[in-house]
Amino acid sequence: MPATPSEERVREIIADHLALEGPLLPIFHALQAEYGHVPQLAIPVIAEVLNIGRAEVHGTMSFYHDFREEPAGRHVVKLCRAEACQAAGSDRVADHARETLGVDWHGTTKNGAVTLEPVFCLGLCACGPAAMVDGKVVGLVTKKRFDKIIAEIDA
Amino acid sequence: MSLTIYISRDAAAKACGAEELVAAVRAEAAKRGQDVTIIRNGSRGMVWLEPLLEVATPAGRTGFGMVGADDVPSLFDANFGDHPKAVGLVEEIPFFKNQTRLTFARCGRTDPLSMLEYEAEGGLKGLRRALQLTGAEIVKEVTDSGLRGRGGAGFPTGIKWKTVHEAQADQKYIVCNADEGDSATFADRMIMEGDPFVLIEGMAIAGVAVGATKGYVYIRSEYPDAIKVMDDALKIARATGLLGRTLLGSDRAFDMEVRVGAGAYVCGEETSLLNSLEGKRGIVRAKPPLPALQGFMGKPTVVNNVISLATIPVIMDRGAAFYRDFGLGRSRGTIPLQIAGNVKYGGLYETAFGLTLGEIVNDIGGGTFSGRPVKAVQVGGPLGAYFPTSLFDTPFGYEEFAGKDGLIGHAGLTIFDDRADMLKMARFAMEFCAIESCGKCTPCRIGAVRGVETVDRIAAGDPSAMPILKDLCHTMKLGSLCALGGFTPYPVMSAVTHFPDDFARSKEAAE
Repeated sequence: MPATPSEERVREIIADHLALEGPLLPIFHALQAEYGHVPQLAIPVIAEVLNIGRAEVHGTMSFYHDFREEPAGRHVVKLCRAEACQAAGSDRVADHARETLGVDWHGTTKNGAVTLEPVFCLGLCACGPAAMVDGKVVGLVTKKRFDKIIAEIDA
Repeated sequence: MSLTIYISRDAAAKACGAEELVAAVRAEAAKRGQDVTIIRNGSRGMVWLEPLLEVATPAGRTGFGMVGADDVPSLFDANFGDHPKAVGLVEEIPFFKNQTRLTFARCGRTDPLSMLEYEAEGGLKGLRRALQLTGAEIVKEVTDSGLRGRGGAGFPTGIKWKTVHEAQADQKYIVCNADEGDSATFADRMIMEGDPFVLIEGMAIAGVAVGATKGYVYIRSEYPDAIKVMDDALKIARATGLLGRTLLGSDRAFDMEVRVGAGAYVCGEETSLLNSLEGKRGIVRAKPPLPALQGFMGKPTVVNNVISLATIPVIMDRGAAFYRDFGLGRSRGTIPLQIAGNVKYGGLYETAFGLTLGEIVNDIGGGTFSGRPVKAVQVGGPLGAYFPTSLFDTPFGYEEFAGKDGLIGHAGLTIFDDRADMLKMARFAMEFCAIESCGKCTPCRIGAVRGVETVDRIAAGDPSAMPILKDLCHTMKLGSLCALGGFTPYPVMSAVTHFPDDFARSKEAAE
């Protein structure tokens, strides 16, 4: 389980990146790596340290699909929705996934186990439909293979 | 007897089960007390054969394709000889043998993180030669090679470099665009995972050429494997003098960092990428000023695609004329075709420009995986046009595809069989644009949303919406700031033009 965010730790993480040119995205990534999301208490702290407006910090964070304001489920399953995977039948897998998990895109199952995310291309276009399960790539995802993935992580 | 086995570390190989295969080989070798060395090479590009297991033999590396963990005991029993999964000498497989691998010369052959192998297989020669030349001479060599931006725009690389070379500034930058978001493209990922030093060498040469001492490679977050390999490669490059204050012992300095994107497709557009790199929202900048004059942090910046930069070392090593002699018309050199979607032999195939679309799809790709007839091929990613089989005689080149109202983009090809619904694909193009629009310009931000609605009207059997869709596409094409809004009309209008039957929905059928 990720730790509860504290301002002290947030300041340390920010400080680790201040030598970089354009440190904001690396800071968001580091916060999300630590907490599983970008804690909202970090927004005013980042604004203060980088000497930019809170709106600028929030606007930048919310622009990018990757950064979460709230933690995801215990496992994140990303299914590719892009054209090459569609050509290989990803729509059928996606419909099946939403139905069996009982969630729409970006949703988390009631037991908090799985968050389902769409992704537009994982660069696995010659072995689609493609997925990423907790950061690991999976190719040739059929409905059956999807069920197996869920059974393995949900155990 | 000691065995040397190669199993790719490429993400596509992993996605097909390479990690499980490695574990199974290790376990089986331990069980049998057999001495086995496993080398995690890059990808050969033959994705349909993954996981591909190769064994070193005196005659060359012999392969076994689509190997599952459960095949491993029988492979050992057969002493990695006669086996149902055997595919023979890997470099004799036609898909591999018939390529012209210049950029990808080492990819799949070597251990990506072995500098010794890199150098033994021709690496560093390009940079060594560049260090003997003036910046202007390097720029001229790149210009003379005819290399054009492989990210999709096709702008001559040498001309971009010349602008940065001639700009006066206390700091200049090399930025590598590794935000490869186009569906059907994975060449950038494959070279970063399979031969990262060639990209680093290319960036170092660019730095020497234009007088930049700092570089960034902006990799999309969807590529964790590529990020890891590049990070590891940078450390080795610094330790071995390929990066640092004294490049290969010379008085030239160049160093670089990996930066990770955050899931925004539009950051593949160079000005959005620069904003993102600076820590801002990835919104498009109006041009001018050109990034070559005011790019990262307002300084002169070369922004090039991964493949453009990774091709520089071979050009500097073999010379401009060698590279320029490949190709067709104004499309010089080679292009890594990425053949994807519903295809029998999917993967990466580097070849000189000039093959026809039909040769690529049918002869190299082997047609569809499903065995059904090909209906359409989208060339150039989500902003590329859908080509019908009646245009299969189009030769692969920048101008040749533009002449057929299409584009080659980053050279990705998605093959669809006859079950594809082109109205649905047109709708998806608009939907994708709406999701990924940065919001800066109205034709893209609003137009994409209206586009989805208008396609839905056509789907509901309202033919009066068709002129509106065409008008909307015209506005988006001419009025958008960047290629996201400007090129979304390509897939939409090509679907409308070439597949009118899919748009002729009757009200009764829709209901």
